[in-house]
Parts: sequence; C-alpha cells; structure tokens
Amino acid sequence: MNFKGRDIVSIKDFTKEEILHILDVAEEMVPIAEGKEKSNLLHGYIMASLFFEPSTRTRLSFEAAMKRLGGNVIGFAQPGTTSIMKGESLADTIRTAESYCDVIVMRHPMEGSARMAAEFANVPIINGGDGAGHHPTQCLLDLFTIRKEMGSIEGNKVALVGDLKYGRTVHSLAYALALFKADMVFIAPPQLQMPKEVVEECKKMGVEPEMRDNVDDISDIDVLYVTRIQKERFPDPEEYNKVAGSYRIDIDTLKNAKEKMIVMHPLPRVNEISPAVDSTKHAAYFRQTFNGVPVRMALLSLVLGVVD
Amino acid sequence: MKELKVQPIKDGTVIDHITPGRALKVLKILGIEGKEDSIISIAMNVVGKRGKKDIVKIENRELEAKEVDKIALIAPNATINIIRNYEVVEKHRVSIPDEIIGIVKCPNPNCISNSNEPIETRFVVTSRKPLKIKCYYCEREPDMEKIDSLII
Repeated sequence: MNFKGRDIVSIKDFTKEEILHILDVAEEMVPIAEGKEKSNLLHGYIMASLFFEPSTRTRLSFEAAMKRLGGNVIGFAQPGTTSIMKGESLADTIRTAESYCDVIVMRHPMEGSARMAAEFANVPIINGGDGAGHHPTQCLLDLFTIRKEMGSIEGNKVALVGDLKYGRTVHSLAYALALFKADMVFIAPPQLQMPKEVVEECKKMGVEPEMRDNVDDISDIDVLYVTRIQKERFPDPEEYNKVAGSYRIDIDTLKNAKEKMIVMHPLPRVNEISPAVDSTKHAAYFRQTFNGVPVRMALLSLVLGVVD
Repeated sequence: MKELKVQPIKDGTVIDHITPGRALKVLKILGIEGKEDSIISIAMNVVGKRGKKDIVKIENRELEAKEVDKIALIAPNATINIIRNYEVVEKHRVSIPDEIIGIVKCPNPNCISNSNEPIETRFVVTSRKPLKIKCYYCEREPDMEKIDSLII
C-alpha cells in the first residue's frame, strides 16, 4: 500500500483496507510512542506544525510523534506571531511553509481549509481539524482505541453521546464505524440528534443506528463515546444546564454497564464525565489521548514514504 | 404566431427555454454585460407551448456548448440554437458539467472559499436528477431552491 505523498484531509478519502493498514502501522509504533524503544525513522525530516487555532492534544501529540521518530518540528501555535496578522493568505502561508519542510500538519478555523492547502502544497498536508469540518487523525485514533481496547471494531455496540448534530467529527466517526459494520446507538437530546443525512448514509452502508434520548440504561453498550454539549447551542442557559446535566456520565450511569464497557471522549471535557469515573476500569479516555501519538507516528511515516 | 415577441436573428445564438425570470442571471453567468458589439435581446416570461420561459438572443456570436453548459445550474431545460442566415444549424440542450467552478458561492460563511484566498468557488455535481451539488472545500450542499441567491 503506497501512502507516500498523500494528503490526510478527510477519513472519507480512505478505504477500509487503508484504514486498517494505518492502524496496523500504528500498533507497531506503540513501544516507540511509550519511549520504551528509540527510533530514528524520521531523522532528517521536518514537519511544519501550523496551528491557527488553539489545540492541546492534536498539536502536542503530532510534535511528540515526530520527535519520538527522530524528526524535527517547526511551526507556530498561534497565528499572532506570523505574517497572517499582516493579512497574508493561507495559500501563501502554505507555500512558504512547504519550502521549509517535508510535511505540513495544520489546524485552521475555516471549513475546507485543509482541502485548499492540499491543492497549493506539494508536500503532504495532514488535517488537524478544519473548523467544524474534518478531523481525520482524531477519527483514526478513535478507531485505533476501540480496536486496541475491545480487540476489534466490528461486533461492538458503540454509543455516540452528546452533541451529534453539529459535531462533524462525530459524523466522520459514524461513517467510519459504519464502514466496519459496528452497531451504533445515537444518544442525544432531540434538538442535537444526529442529522438525517448521516443516519441515511449509515443505513446505505448496511448499519441501522438506534436513536435514544437518555443515558439511563447503557447495559447493552460496549463503547460509550461521549462528546461535549456546547453552551452556545442553547439560547437559554437554564435549558443548557438541564440538558447537559442529564447527559453527564457519573458512577451512577455506569452501575449496570458491561464489565468491559469503555468510556471514550475526544477531550477536552467540561462536565460531561464526572472526575469520579476517571479511576474506574471503564475510563479509556486518557489511553485514547495517548493513542494519538502512535497513530500520528504511523501517518507521518506513511505519507513521508519511510514506511510502506 | 404570438410566441416570439422578438425578431428572428440572422446570425448568432438563441438560448431558449430558460427557466422564467432567470434570463439576466444567464447573461451574468455567460459574462455578457452588454458592452460587446453584439445586439442582445432578452425576452422574459414569454408564454410558450410548455408554459412560461425566458429567451436570450445574441447576434453575430456563436456560443460554444461548453461555455453555455455553465447555465445548466439555473436553467436546466435551456436549449442552444446556433443561427446562420436565419436557419437553425445546430440545436442542443445544456448539459450539467461534473464540476461548477466560479459560478455560485458556498452558503457556508465559514467555508474557506468565502475568504480572501486566491481560489474560485468549486462545486461537485453529486446528482443530476434531482440536481444536487456539494462544495468541494467544505462539503456543504446548498439548497437548490435557493440557488439563485448564491450566484456570484
């Protein structure tokens, strides 16, 4: 499988086989990501990390991934220190950055920005989030986490909880899970339920998602994927408090959970998961965060053509 | 024959069966501003055999099929007639191209194509019947009933 020079813009650009290959390569990277093995796989390569928007996990894990593999990183974490403040276009910024590096990782607040950057750049572009658009590396690390924790992606009942309407990353995840024929349950307040098009797309792919509006009974769930319900979606703060409160995952929510059920969250969390859950065997979100490193190592090595 | 309110032309192009009310937008898409030498006649809301329609006649200029296909987005039933010496020598329907570039803007205000980047708007045709398009950049699908308001 040849990934050399490919852009990673959307999960939909990849086949199931390609996704599995990325996850397999990521698996091999785990000991290096953990610091148990040293590697110089990407020695002499430079990654430009262009973050036009705040990020903790995506940026740090990409930089850690590159450095763990012996590569170098240049870039910025806030556009305030660059010529963007002078009105330079993204297209020009990309053309400038690519002349200094071998691969570009970017996060930008506008949808479609990564797709556009890929048109201008000759080096591979990896999308670290484009506004409310795609976040393919998050999707891949989520799949990696499910496979690692549960043994496989298929055969699990995965519940996506929270704001399913606006979160495009959840839409991508639903698409990817449908690709693997995982059973899905969409749990959200009616006003934030999964858009019709996404549900239809899942059905076309042979998966019939179940819709629920509460987390009262999760006894049939294998993977509980929690997302943040954003305050700004509610005109009335009272209403927000009520809704957000009723989807909060706490010890009580987990009382009937399957022994091996895992709770995932892309983080940052605000109040969606009680800190008391952190110490339970169900909490997989910090391991999920770590998994960002081997998955991003795999992607960097693949698009740079160092690994086939 | 009451159908045609405008004179036949000797040489040029007649775009017939334009969706009523959209003749001016058709001209805009074709980049015809009236500054050209050609005589341009526009008839709007003409009652034809199949109901109302708009007609545009451009004298002494033969439009290329590819050029005219751009109007398929707003006038899917339009026909192009090439006239030479008062005779129709070529007649064909517009066909929707695979991609629509630089004609409509993306309805998503946060789409990169609505910023000051050096790119043209670009839509991929995802379905022809019914016509559906998707922004190449942000993947938003505009409401085709409101497509008029998105023409650049």
